[in-house]
Amino acid sequence: MIRFTKVSKQYARGGPALEDLTFHLRRGEFAFLTGPSGAGKSTILKLIYVAERPSSGEVRVDGKSSVTMSRSEIPRLRRRLGVVFQDFRLLDDRTAEQNVAFALEVTGTPSANIAPRVQRALTQVGLASKATALPGELSGGEQQRVAIARALVNDPLVLLADEPTGNLDERATRGIFQLLRDINSSGTAVLMATHDLDLVRNTNLRTLELNHGRLVFDSAAADDPGAVQ
Amino acid sequence: MSLALREALRAFQRTPMLSLLSVTTIAFSLFAFGLYGLVALNLRNALQQVEDRVEVRGFVAAGTAPEAVSAAVGDVAIFPEVGDVRLVTETQALERARRELREFADVFEPGILPASIEVRMKPGFRDPQTVRTVARRLEAYDFIDDVRFGEEWVENLYRLRTIASAAGIALGLTFAFVAMIIIGSTIRMAVLARSREIAIMRLVGATDGFIRLPFLIEGFLKGLLGGVLALVLTWIAFEVSGRWVMQVTYFEPLVAVAGVAGGALLGLLGSAVSVGRHLRKV
Repeated sequence: MIRFTKVSKQYARGGPALEDLTFHLRRGEFAFLTGPSGAGKSTILKLIYVAERPSSGEVRVDGKSSVTMSRSEIPRLRRRLGVVFQDFRLLDDRTAEQNVAFALEVTGTPSANIAPRVQRALTQVGLASKATALPGELSGGEQQRVAIARALVNDPLVLLADEPTGNLDERATRGIFQLLRDINSSGTAVLMATHDLDLVRNTNLRTLELNHGRLVFDSAAADDPGAVQ
Repeated sequence: MSLALREALRAFQRTPMLSLLSVTTIAFSLFAFGLYGLVALNLRNALQQVEDRVEVRGFVAAGTAPEAVSAAVGDVAIFPEVGDVRLVTETQALERARRELREFADVFEPGILPASIEVRMKPGFRDPQTVRTVARRLEAYDFIDDVRFGEEWVENLYRLRTIASAAGIALGLTFAFVAMIIIGSTIRMAVLARSREIAIMRLVGATDGFIRLPFLIEGFLKGLLGGVLALVLTWIAFEVSGRWVMQVTYFEPLVAVAGVAGGALLGLLGSAVSVGRHLRKV
């Protein structure tokens, strides 16, 4: 579903961010992206949601190629993806349910469908009782749950999580990670960038390890050499 | 559309001070332009009044047959540059002189002043060259003794008009340009204040057109409000001038409406440019 083929990314001022990266994330898979800061984890996510384009090589997401995709095709692709960040990126003057509804409103969902879908997404992340709270009234973990609900409300194929637990304490981290596992169990692929190695070590999930923009380890390749092509 | 309108109104509600600043900045930019417009309009009117007085006067030789003069008046009236021709008889010339010039107050003897053909030019034909041409054609009649049209005065007036027009256009363009820059910057601030929201909209898959629409509505409304406020301010300036300085002419209703619509258009264009630039960058 997500396929990187010999992808390199060069920033004009920052030098190479990714070099000759090839991997494949299957439908419904859960994978960690690990590596030190600056290793290229966020760049990979940006290439998937087309905030960046590769300098060379090809990124294919749900059949769409970074080489041929026009600018006008990007919004449609993003509706098939959910993205969450370390800093939550919620609108502070809107309630939890308004933040979630926002993702549906701006993509032209008929208004009659919005409330039930928002309700379902908030229930899925365990925040139905705090639907009318403003982000400032919620804990960090709860804010991240709202962000996840917003990412889920469009029923994405994959949830891209860029250090989603980076700002959370251990208990909230466990809660968010369990939520991502639950989401994955229901069929949504999850690609989670993290440098929390404890989190990674305690699971047997696929791990893609980066260093200086290169893929230095892929647990799927270690288990099954056919997974990395 | 309803969502876009709601988002635009929400922006006013959420950042009232910034919105107020935008509206007042637009209003004062347009007010400066409006004040300039008032000055330009009244200057043009004043020049127009002087221009209306441009006339060519041909003095008729004593003893000319009235039929010949009437025929000449008829001929001159069909010149394309000529707006109005009239014959001033000797008696009428004296009456007018007695009315206007004190030294003629005690003069009653008819024939002391010659009869004349007075030609007024159509608007747009009052330049020295055209006036001179008409004067020559009038001079060609053999019963015309002398032709006067205040050549130097017409030339000075025309020069003044040309300078006033050029300065008017240059100043007008400068004012409009400065207003556009200020309005554009103000709207740019509003766009930057909402960059987080724009980023989220893009992330969840909103199209650029969809993102743009609330900003366009917001810019249009700010421009409209700024335009109305500028109109009120110029009206106050007009009233103050009328009461304490001098009587001036105010804009025609259609011009006033066009001014407000121009403000709205500036707001709309300013927003379109600012949002477009922002969307291209992020």
